[in-house]
Amino acid sequence: MIAGLSLGFANGWLLVGLFALPLLWLILRAVPPAPIKRRFPGVILLLGLDDEDTVSDRTPWWLLVLRMLALAALIIGLAGPLLAPKDRVAKDGPALIVLDGGWAAGDSWVLQQKILGGLLDDFTRDGREVAMLRLTTPETLQFQPAAAWKSRIPAFAPMPWQPRQKDLAAVISAIDGATFETLWMSDGLAYEARAGLLNAFEKAGSVRVFETGVGVTALAAPEFADGAITLRVQRSQTQMARTETLLAHGKDPAGNDRVLASVNVAFAQGEATGEVGLALPAELRARITRFSVQRHSSAASTVLSGDALRRREVALITSRADREGLELLSPLHYLRQALQPSADVIEGALGDMLPANPDVIVLADVAVLTGAQEAALVEWVEEGGLLLRFAGPRLAASDISRRDEHPLMPVRLRVGGRSVGGALSWGEPKALAPFSEGSPFHGLVIPDDIRVRSQVVAQPDPTLADRVIAELSDGTPLVTRKRMGQGQVVLFHVTANAEWSGLPLSGLFVQMLERLAVLRAVDQLDAAAFEGTVWQPLQILDGLGRVQDGQALSGVAGEVLSAAEFGPDVMPGLYRSEGRYLAANVMDADRVLTPFAWPERVVVEGGQNARTLDLSGAFLALSLILLAVDVVASLMVSGRLWGTRVAPVLVALMCVPQVGDAQEELRALEAAQEVVLAHVITGNQRVDSMAEAGLRGLSDTLYFRTSVEPNPPVGVDLEVDELSFYPLIYWPVTPDQPQPSDDAYARLNGYLQSGGMILFDTRDSDVAGFGSGSPNGRKLQRLAARLDIPPLEVLPDDHVLTRTYYLLQDFPGRYDSRDVWVEAAPPDAEQVEGMPFRNLNDGVTPVVIGGNDWAAAWAIGTGGDPLYPVGRGYGGDRQRELAFRFGVNLVMHVLTGNYKSDQVHVPALLDRLGQ
Amino acid sequence: MTNAPSRHTSKLRSRAEAEAARLPPLLAQAEQMAGTVLLGDHGRRRAGMGDDFWQYRPVQTGDSYRMIDWRRSARSDAQYVREREWQVAQSVMLWLDQGASMQFASDEALPSKMMRARVLALAVSILLVRAGERVGLTGNRLPPRRGEAQIARLTEAFLNEDASAAEGEYAAPDARAMLPHARAVFVSDFLGDIDGIWGALTKAADRGVRGVLLQVLDPSEESFPFQGRTVFQSIGGGLSHETRKAGDLRDRYMTRLAERRDALDQLCRRTGWQFHSHTTGQSAQSALLWLYRALEQSR
Repeated sequence: MIAGLSLGFANGWLLVGLFALPLLWLILRAVPPAPIKRRFPGVILLLGLDDEDTVSDRTPWWLLVLRMLALAALIIGLAGPLLAPKDRVAKDGPALIVLDGGWAAGDSWVLQQKILGGLLDDFTRDGREVAMLRLTTPETLQFQPAAAWKSRIPAFAPMPWQPRQKDLAAVISAIDGATFETLWMSDGLAYEARAGLLNAFEKAGSVRVFETGVGVTALAAPEFADGAITLRVQRSQTQMARTETLLAHGKDPAGNDRVLASVNVAFAQGEATGEVGLALPAELRARITRFSVQRHSSAASTVLSGDALRRREVALITSRADREGLELLSPLHYLRQALQPSADVIEGALGDMLPANPDVIVLADVAVLTGAQEAALVEWVEEGGLLLRFAGPRLAASDISRRDEHPLMPVRLRVGGRSVGGALSWGEPKALAPFSEGSPFHGLVIPDDIRVRSQVVAQPDPTLADRVIAELSDGTPLVTRKRMGQGQVVLFHVTANAEWSGLPLSGLFVQMLERLAVLRAVDQLDAAAFEGTVWQPLQILDGLGRVQDGQALSGVAGEVLSAAEFGPDVMPGLYRSEGRYLAANVMDADRVLTPFAWPERVVVEGGQNARTLDLSGAFLALSLILLAVDVVASLMVSGRLWGTRVAPVLVALMCVPQVGDAQEELRALEAAQEVVLAHVITGNQRVDSMAEAGLRGLSDTLYFRTSVEPNPPVGVDLEVDELSFYPLIYWPVTPDQPQPSDDAYARLNGYLQSGGMILFDTRDSDVAGFGSGSPNGRKLQRLAARLDIPPLEVLPDDHVLTRTYYLLQDFPGRYDSRDVWVEAAPPDAEQVEGMPFRNLNDGVTPVVIGGNDWAAAWAIGTGGDPLYPVGRGYGGDRQRELAFRFGVNLVMHVLTGNYKSDQVHVPALLDRLGQ
Repeated sequence: MTNAPSRHTSKLRSRAEAEAARLPPLLAQAEQMAGTVLLGDHGRRRAGMGDDFWQYRPVQTGDSYRMIDWRRSARSDAQYVREREWQVAQSVMLWLDQGASMQFASDEALPSKMMRARVLALAVSILLVRAGERVGLTGNRLPPRRGEAQIARLTEAFLNEDASAAEGEYAAPDARAMLPHARAVFVSDFLGDIDGIWGALTKAADRGVRGVLLQVLDPSEESFPFQGRTVFQSIGGGLSHETRKAGDLRDRYMTRLAERRDALDQLCRRTGWQFHSHTTGQSAQSALLWLYRALEQSR
């Protein structure tokens, strides 16, 4: 027993093994280290010399101590030492671990898991049977050995609701008469029947209550008013002053979830609620999907925003050009007036509007759309858009939806429309008929003074009756609607301005737009709107505040959802019904977090330090470490670990980064000082050595024949090496070389853009034409797919590569294929009369692609002999010579650019010189 | 490169180059070392058979007309005979220990004893050949001859691995076919059986041959820097000695080595030879100088 700490052993009898240690001392001492074998010619002089000291070399004492320590640590580790902060009183009998298991436990779940683990370990040691009960999902009590529960702790994670009255009543009746000790993991919040439950547990035996002291931090649903979002935070633990950070999550333009904004809320000591405003641009605000409190994980600290923060985005489109001074006649004027106070209105051409993905698109008197726009619009509607169309002179005059129903029109139209009550027509202008029961406008009061003078008229069709949602007093349809996919198309048979009717002038117009969900999001809907609706969960929150997919769950009736009584059937989350979104959150605006006041007789434990520390792992690890040290020490004693052998290794290991850096720097310096050709290291030993030999041959040729005097070539590793020092990189393509990483591609593209050249060689023109399906060709396509390569063409006869140094028309390597591709000439390059070649592009082609296996033709051995056969006889020698000439031309092209192309200007220069 | 050599020539050439590749380093090293030694006097400083001009002297009776140097005589009334310096070529017989023990080098930075011995022998051969002597190997393999070509032959013979493979752990000097009154150079570590050395040396001395013994040792053989439990093995693996404390053997080893040196020195003094001990840790230059001077004195 150490003062204040108690050290115990699970298997104390194993400590007997410590008595064997002195024996080990004797055994180990007797064994001498193994001899070293040395080659030594002077042995002949040693023959016959005896050792003076015949006693064996003994193992050094410190090595013995090391080994004995290792063994002692092993024995102690196996004996299972346990370090407990205080004497734990072992008890008998079954124990019941109760967890509140509601969202309020989410923040403290990590700590609770630790406490649970400690408790279960203790019970395992005491051999007690344990049952676990989560009050949010009570099940029949099963008393099992504690070890069986330990692996199941994660299954008792908090649920996104609090314990419910009816479940608790069942629990109380179920435990009646049983006897056990209760350990209650409490979240500290008050709820009905907690007191009753406590009584029931106390009847069964003693009760220990654990509270982690973390408490609950809850975020209420955000409210949006006057351009700012108001967020209210509550906390249950008010003893400390504290600052919480609220995060607004949403999708960025690329569609990834990220934190869009954050704001701090400061709590003074004793303060339970905090409030903060968050003003964001409309575009950003509309993207917010949820708010959360940083470093808190419960369903209460996460709140989904649903539609509440969104203003509907309405795109207004008209075909009529702006006519100055006739503002009141504009088809959009009244719409704009009606929409602007409560929606974000955008105007412009349809092609510009669609990518913004507005909620509503209003087509005011637009008849004809292009095919592409129409297809895009249909797709947009089917994905849930609302297309609102207004009639007008153009629509009436057009042929749209005459014979067959147009996909973007709810009905077929009769030719010309009609006018009533005009100077040349019979009858009076018509009033509106009361809205029928199935209409979304049902219940709206129709002012008496609305008169319709002109309209377009629907063709009677079998489907017409279903699609009419408003009609005139004589029964002709005024507003028709068609559902398409998840969206709908609505047609007002009158204009959006006051030309054809008085409707846009009335308040009814705004109300109708509102009912069509043009204006308002759903969250403000009154209770009546929930009646008879079924809401499909899209996302749900779990007890730890994590958002999970809810599409697989069954729908929830609107009445149930509006009551916000969460349970296994109704989870908090995001729900959808008919294109409207509703966020159901744990925290109501008026819910207050009330801590539960435990009676005096109950002791509430923190539970944090009740844990017994098992030291066996530490002792076993110590033993292993000592044994590892012993390995090194033994080698050292026996002389096998000789300093001269190991020290360089250690030094090398320590110096590797610096040495690498220094070498890298040196290499860069060398490459920058002289022209150096480079080849890509493919990982294929044979190909790499061939490329190296080939570039060496080419470098020698350049040295002998031209003023370019390159240094020996180098291989570059695309992943690590800087490329910009090398004017030409030869890249032999092998099917099995690794795909470069993103960084490597970035460097390669930078290299190509800054004037470098890569010579791709598929090395297979003997069997495959370039670009065909050979393995190398396919690999080349994969490699080059992410390179920034301009359009290519087969090397034209007048390309500057044909004359940068030698005059060439063929570019053979080991194979002689004419398929060599370079950057295409600009389309406007024209041959000037009397000139042998076109006035071609400036600059250097960034890539040359072919399959002639040039490196093999260039390759020379250290003795200056060719390494690979090319062709046969003198023809072969000629081909190798042409290959070298191509290489020289290539390097000259890289180094001098289009210098030889400038010859086109020679006549002009001569002319200017007066020759 | 422009015109690729045809297949056959390139093959032949590459083989020749591969063969030749082994020679240059040794030869070059030896040449370089030989070049640093100032060549001493070659001639006998008296008229006789030789290539170099010595003096013009008036015709004496008994001289045949053929001997008159007409060009010199035409410039005066008397007749002159051109005399050449008397040059006598000595024969120097080399023996290089090709035994396995010579292949030892205690450190990678040090050359093996064999390598050092070859370089020294070849360098001294070059000097001797330049001085007009005839150099060869003891035994029947390479009799002494003059001229630069002999150096190439010697180089090849030194590098002949078959010969070294034929030797055992420790080789004994080969004193067969010694020319009478020739000079001899024996280079070895002289760690082997002293009776063999005794026999060869006395046999050579009987024929009037005098020369030098150059003992080449590795620094570790001089200092014996070993500790702890060790099994010593000869290079061929034929001999081995195990000790528990190598450090304790040091003094006795050194004593034995000194005894061996003394014995060799005694033997040399008795036969009129000269003895020198050289370690591969020292510069080869000093050994070469000693070797050259020793040969000059005995010449």
